[in-house]
Formats: sequence, C-alpha cells, structure tokens
Amino acid sequence: MDAIRTDGLTKHYTVGFWRPRPYVALDALSLTVGQGEVFGFLGPNGAGKTTTLKLLMQLIFPTAGRAEILGRPVGDVAIRRRVAYLPENPYFYDYLTAEELLEYFAGLFGFDAHERRQRAARLLDEVGIGAERRLQLRKFSKGMLQRVGIAQALVNDPDVVFLDEPMSGLDPLGRRDIRQLILRLRDRGCTVFFSSHVLSDAEALCSRVAILARGRLVASGLLSDLLAFQVRGWELVVHNVTAAAVEAATRRGDVVQAIQLGADRYSLELPLTTAPESLLAALARDGAQLVSLNPIRDTLEDYFVRQVAAAPERQVRTAS
Amino acid sequence: MTVVPQIAVNVFKESVRDKILYNLVVFAVLLIAVSYLLGQLTAGQDIKIIKDLGLAAIATFGLLIAVFIGIGLVWKEVERKSIYSLLAKPIRRSEFVLGKYCGLALTLFVNVSVMTLAFYLVLAYMGWRELPTVRAAWPAPATDPEMLKAVVLIFVELLLVTGIALFFSTFSSPFLSASLTLGLWVIGHFNSDLRQFETVVNSPVAAWLARGLYYALPNFAAFDVKSQVVYGQPVAAQYVVLTVLYGATYLGLVLAAAVTIFSRRDFK
Repeated sequence: MDAIRTDGLTKHYTVGFWRPRPYVALDALSLTVGQGEVFGFLGPNGAGKTTTLKLLMQLIFPTAGRAEILGRPVGDVAIRRRVAYLPENPYFYDYLTAEELLEYFAGLFGFDAHERRQRAARLLDEVGIGAERRLQLRKFSKGMLQRVGIAQALVNDPDVVFLDEPMSGLDPLGRRDIRQLILRLRDRGCTVFFSSHVLSDAEALCSRVAILARGRLVASGLLSDLLAFQVRGWELVVHNVTAAAVEAATRRGDVVQAIQLGADRYSLELPLTTAPESLLAALARDGAQLVSLNPIRDTLEDYFVRQVAAAPERQVRTAS
Repeated sequence: MTVVPQIAVNVFKESVRDKILYNLVVFAVLLIAVSYLLGQLTAGQDIKIIKDLGLAAIATFGLLIAVFIGIGLVWKEVERKSIYSLLAKPIRRSEFVLGKYCGLALTLFVNVSVMTLAFYLVLAYMGWRELPTVRAAWPAPATDPEMLKAVVLIFVELLLVTGIALFFSTFSSPFLSASLTLGLWVIGHFNSDLRQFETVVNSPVAAWLARGLYYALPNFAAFDVKSQVVYGQPVAAQYVVLTVLYGATYLGLVLAAAVTIFSRRDFK
C-alpha cells in the first residue's frame, strides 16, 4: 500500500470578474509515494505545490481526479488521525500560549489531559521552544511560529507528514534542526512529503523527488536516477603542464575553462565532445602527468532549472 | 461530536482574552450603573428608567458582542489561515462551525450573566434605599424576577443574531457580514409590519411576497418584552417557551445552512 497516491488530480479556479475563465492550478497530477520515504515536492513559486497539499488535506476540492492517503480517500476524516500537516507560513491563535495550542490540538485527537500535557511538553522540547512556551503566540517571531507549527503537526505521532516549505522563515540553526527532525521521522518509519523550492534541502534529505512547473508534473523519480547520467563534461587536473599547451587545447575547443592551481598545475573543464583520454595523451606527450579525472554531473539545481524552463505554458482557457 | 466542546472552549478562551470584549462588557456595566444617576433626574419614574436603560444596555451590548465577534469567528480563521492546521486534524467542517458557534454562545452567556447581575445589583440598591411608601407605588418590585423572562428572550435573540452573523461570515467579508446581519436585525424588528402590508395592497403577488417574507425573515420583535416587564405587565410562561422554540428552530435552520455552505468552501 502506498502512503500517498494521486490519480489525475486536477484543480481549476475561475479568474476574472467580467470575463470569468478557468485557471489551471494543477493539471492531472499522478504520483505515488511509498511508505517510509522522504519525498521532495519541488517547484518554483506558483507551480502548484501548495495547491496539491491543500487538495490532499481537503482544504480545497479537486475539479477532477482522486487522491488517497494510506489507501483511504483523502475525504475520510478517520485517516487524519494518522496524518500531520504543516501549512506554509503557519499562523495560530494570538491569545493562546504555545503550550495551550498544542494541548488544544492534542485534545482534538482524543488524548486525555495528562497525555496532552506530556505530548505538548515533549514536542516543544523537540523543536527547541523553551520558556517561551508560556508566552502568547502573538509575541512569537516567524521562526518560532514555524517551530510551533512543526510541533503541532506531530502531536498525534503521525504515519504520514506533509510539510509545506518547512524551512521557511528559519535561520541556519533552525534549518539544521528541522533537517535533523525530518531524518528522525524517516528513521521512525514515517513518510515525509515536503514541498520546497530550496533544492539543497531536497538534495540532502530526499530519496525521491517530483518537480512541478506551471501546474504540471515535469519530472519525478529517485534523485540518484535523475542525476546519475546527467554528465555534462569532465574535470581534468594535470601536473607538469605548460601554459602554451593549455592555450592550444583551449583554442582547439578541447577545453572550455582552464584554472591555474599552481605553477604548472591546472584544472581543465572539458566539454562532453572532448574525449578526455585523447587530450590527456596529447598533454602527456609534452610531459604532463594526470592528477585526477572526474565527470562533472548536474546538481539538482541544474536539473531543476532545465526541467522548469522546458515546461509548457500553463493553460488559461477562455470560457466557451 | 466530541471535538465540538473543545473548539467551543478554545473560542471562549480566545474571546475572554480579547480586550474588545472586556471594553464592551465594562462599558455596559458602567452604563447600567449610570442609569441609577439618570433615574435621580426624573420624579417618580426612576425605577422604570433604570429598568428600561438596564435591559436596553444588555440587549445593545449583547448585540454588539454577537455581531462583531460573531462575524470575525470564521473569517479570522480563514484570513489568518489558522484554519489550515485545524482542519487537518480529525474534525468535520460541521463540527468546526458548531464548535465556533457554541464558543460564542458560551461567551455571550457569561457576558449576559455579568450584565444581568450588575443590573439586579443596581435595582437591589435602589429598592433598599427607597422608603416603603415609594416602593408601594412602583408597578413591580425593584428586583422583579419577571424581568428574567425579558433577559432570557434577549439571550435567545442574541443566540439567533450570532447564528446569522456566523452564517454570513461563512461566505462573505466581515464588513458585508456585519451589514447584512445588522440589516436583518433591523428588518426583523419591523417584521410584523409585513403582516399588515398584505392587508393594504391590492396586488396578490405583492401580498404573497409580503407573506413569504414575513415567514422567511426572523421575527426579532417577538423577543422584545422589555416594556411589559418594566411596567409590571405579566408575560405568559407559555409565550416565553413558544418564542424560545421559535428561536431554536430558526437557529437550527441558519446553522444548517452555514454548515452546508462551509462544507463546500475552498480555502484558497
């Protein structure tokens, strides 16, 4: 059983007052996320990530398609006992303290007063909210609210966690804490589905990613598969090479960029069209020695930029 | 349905910590106290002035609390997006609406109780300091328990106004919700005129429309027995029971409509 499954999930909004027309916020999204996975849901702003999360949380209703969590339709209230959700830029009740908020939310899952207090205390410790837990939430900074948001999401020991831009508003220490928390959730067997446009977080945490652009799924799969064969050149480091030999290779187009590392030591970037062994042989004839040869692979960011740029324009249909 | 009381308690907790509510209640209690001074300016009518002003203060400040907190209940949650975290928990949207409503009803109950207590304390003081000969001339005793019937009906009216405010706030902005609720409250106090209207028009369509509106719009005038209790005229217990039942039925319909609309709403 998949942790999350969507089939042709679609959401249209109507835009324009005088000439209303449908705006496709999400177009036939089909994806599956296995149990225990940390799944990165990536895309630029306005790609449809939050729309997808809201559909999965039933905060909005789909125009077409269906979605399931742990084999049950998302409309099933009972499934929410096993699910957690952190919205983007969470906001809570001004006049409640962090402690009261967590106890209130724990109460909605039916925990008794003792259990509510224990859970609130444990989770606030876990996200690093100390004595501030007795302050009203209107006095909290954005970063502290984000931490409280994460704590409230985990109040039911969920099996599936949805995090919408969890690193938003956090300082570097906060980001590190949340990354560690996500890894702890994974180690506990929890499925984590998080949306982000911060690719380094996805690269550090996710086993699989999906990239959404203009409301459409443009790529998905194992991070290692997506990036493994995307070699875009070679980095050749040579010793005992002359500047003249490097210049000659550059003029021939065998080298894209040359960086001098020492008196006679260079790092050369070769395009895919250059066979590294031929260039190395040519340089070796003048006495050059090989130090290292490595493929230059795409980062997730390179891959992401390429996929997003190639995505078709979003459909904004004229009402007929 | 077990989550409804928890949502209600949270609304109550939020409301009692809100300074706006304190200000309204303190102002109402002050007005009731000041009514004693106003009573001193009139010859022989002082007890009626105090009763009139006191009941009017309970009704008016109760209305302000019902409308201005009622319209913000759902709107604030949606606008500030705190509803996102809440609806992700195992609760139905109907439970959310009912919990919000019950929370405000609880807030109103406490506020009306505080205002009524202040009202009776002023009246008790008045009764204690007057001579028995003056007291004998009053149409009803100072702390006449009959006035509680007026207070009960004011409270039921406020519950209905809150329900209507909540209904409008499930699909419109606070300004529009407040305008529509207050508009309906004013129309509701002149509802009986619609009944008369059909007797003075010739057009059967207009008469049918007037009758339809009479039945469809809330009859708030029915909840107003302030004049009767101030002048010591009896209010039948049966009338109070029937009016409460009318209010409860209307409230049930309004809340059902609010739940239906809210359950289909997209939170963009």
